[in-house]
Amino acid sequence: METIAYRRKAADRAAKTMFAVSALLVVLPLFLIFFDLLWKGARELKWTLLTDLPHPVGEPGGGIANGILGTLTIAGLAMAGGIPVAVMCGIYLAEYGRGKFASVVRFGVDTLAGVPSIIMGIFGYLLWVIPMKRFSAWAGAAALAMIFIPVVVRTTEEMLRTVPQSVREAALALGIERWKTTLFITVRTATAGIVTGILLAMARIVGETAPLLFTALGNQFWQSGLDQPIAAVPLQVFNYAISPYDDWHDKAWAGAVVLIGMVLLISIGARYFTRVKK
Amino acid sequence: MVRGASDNPKDLIFEKTTAFFAFGVLFLAVLLLALLVRESLPAIKKFGASFLLTKTWDPVAEDFGALTFIYGTIVSSFIALLIAVPLAVGSAIFINEFAPDWLKTPVAFLAELLAAIPSVIYGLWGIFVLVPVLRDFLMTPAAEYLGWIPFFTGPVYGPSMLAAGVLLSIMIIPFILSVSREVLATVPRLQKEAVLSLGGTHWEMIRIVIGQHCVPGIFGATILGLGRALGETMAVTMVIGNRPDILLSVFQPGYSMAAVIANEFTEATGEIYLAALVEIGLVLFLLTFVVNLAAKWILKTMVSRASRGI
Repeated sequence: METIAYRRKAADRAAKTMFAVSALLVVLPLFLIFFDLLWKGARELKWTLLTDLPHPVGEPGGGIANGILGTLTIAGLAMAGGIPVAVMCGIYLAEYGRGKFASVVRFGVDTLAGVPSIIMGIFGYLLWVIPMKRFSAWAGAAALAMIFIPVVVRTTEEMLRTVPQSVREAALALGIERWKTTLFITVRTATAGIVTGILLAMARIVGETAPLLFTALGNQFWQSGLDQPIAAVPLQVFNYAISPYDDWHDKAWAGAVVLIGMVLLISIGARYFTRVKK
Repeated sequence: MVRGASDNPKDLIFEKTTAFFAFGVLFLAVLLLALLVRESLPAIKKFGASFLLTKTWDPVAEDFGALTFIYGTIVSSFIALLIAVPLAVGSAIFINEFAPDWLKTPVAFLAELLAAIPSVIYGLWGIFVLVPVLRDFLMTPAAEYLGWIPFFTGPVYGPSMLAAGVLLSIMIIPFILSVSREVLATVPRLQKEAVLSLGGTHWEMIRIVIGQHCVPGIFGATILGLGRALGETMAVTMVIGNRPDILLSVFQPGYSMAAVIANEFTEATGEIYLAALVEIGLVLFLLTFVVNLAAKWILKTMVSRASRGI
């Protein structure tokens, strides 16, 4: 009997240790990645990284300013197009969405949310690059909007559903028209949550690379128009990383630091909005 | 959410406007599928079902088959699951059941941060850190001593199916972890306490109660992780080696569906070449669609069963 009890306790301890070790192994890569980013990106982290155009291979210095501007431009376009569509769709699903049509729309949104981002790149290519016969900021934005929209539709719907029914009823009881109730009371109440959703979706599309490979394409210079190829930080990180040159590898690490900085900044902004809500 | 029709015309206009945008989103989903189908038609007509079953990938002769890429996608995703599922489920159990309170939030937060890192950064880290480490400390000795096993045959280059699988596993762990935690949280507290009160150890409680309750849910989480892994592009493209060949050894380079689209799309000059790449995209779309649908169905059945107390 003694041995059985001992064996059971030993198994318990072994299992607990294994669970703790697996948790450690899960968070370990995060520390390694951040450490390597700072360690290897430090050499190139200067102001000129944020203000200068890329230099040719072998010429020291140079930055990724055009990529930063390009990323903000493409993400901005995607959001300008995506926010109204996604928020209105979310309002429909939360406030009116019953019956067959609504479930079909929900199914469509879920499907879009699961589509790999590279396929959104094909979408931008087929929709914009082929007809216009050139790579452009527009095509990149179209691809990113396809990633952005389903995320925002879902959070908008969820956030509107958390608004208590009594708020709507109170407004309607005061004789406020229903559309005004929805827009100025229900949506207003959920604004912080919706903005958080929008920011998190933005953080995601800012870091997207695959859909831009054959839509925005990339550019070594300042952008010359929205119907032209445009630079983006993730594309620069990719191109520098797979290049055979050491100084470009350094640039890739530095670009990755900038990219993760942008993503974290937006995510922290999203957290700030969630705080305000409480 | 307030029911009942309104006779105010402005209300009706507003409702119809939101419905119009909802239709717009649906239209985008249909447009995506329609464009993929239309542009891949030349390849579908020319190659038929053999497209999925042949290894040839010859842009010059315009002869295309996707089997190599389908194989690479499935094998690299499978390796990723093999690593990710035990780690994610183990740490979910740790966070939910054993971690002291002061540790719970930070660990969960750090795991979530992993999901926020852009995939190109994973790829960059994979090329310069993970691949050399795997090559020198895992693959080279393994190929030397275990090389008689077909899966571990050298020579070792570094970029390989295994490297892609390991990197993918890091990327999909946050998703499997968070779903697993939700699933674990559905176990009724009373049942767990019942086992403990009978003198069971924590491990026995986990094995008995959670094992019986959570297996379908964890399976659903696994399938969800698979859906993520199948379509991941940048990280895989950067470390899988991009060699269009089917090799049994996981130490050898491979290729994936997303990677071949990423690498060759801008070079696709001929009509058939482009159509073949779009068809790979279509196949990937359908594959992830089916996998995600299955995951959602499993998780939904699991939740409804849990709510009925079965």
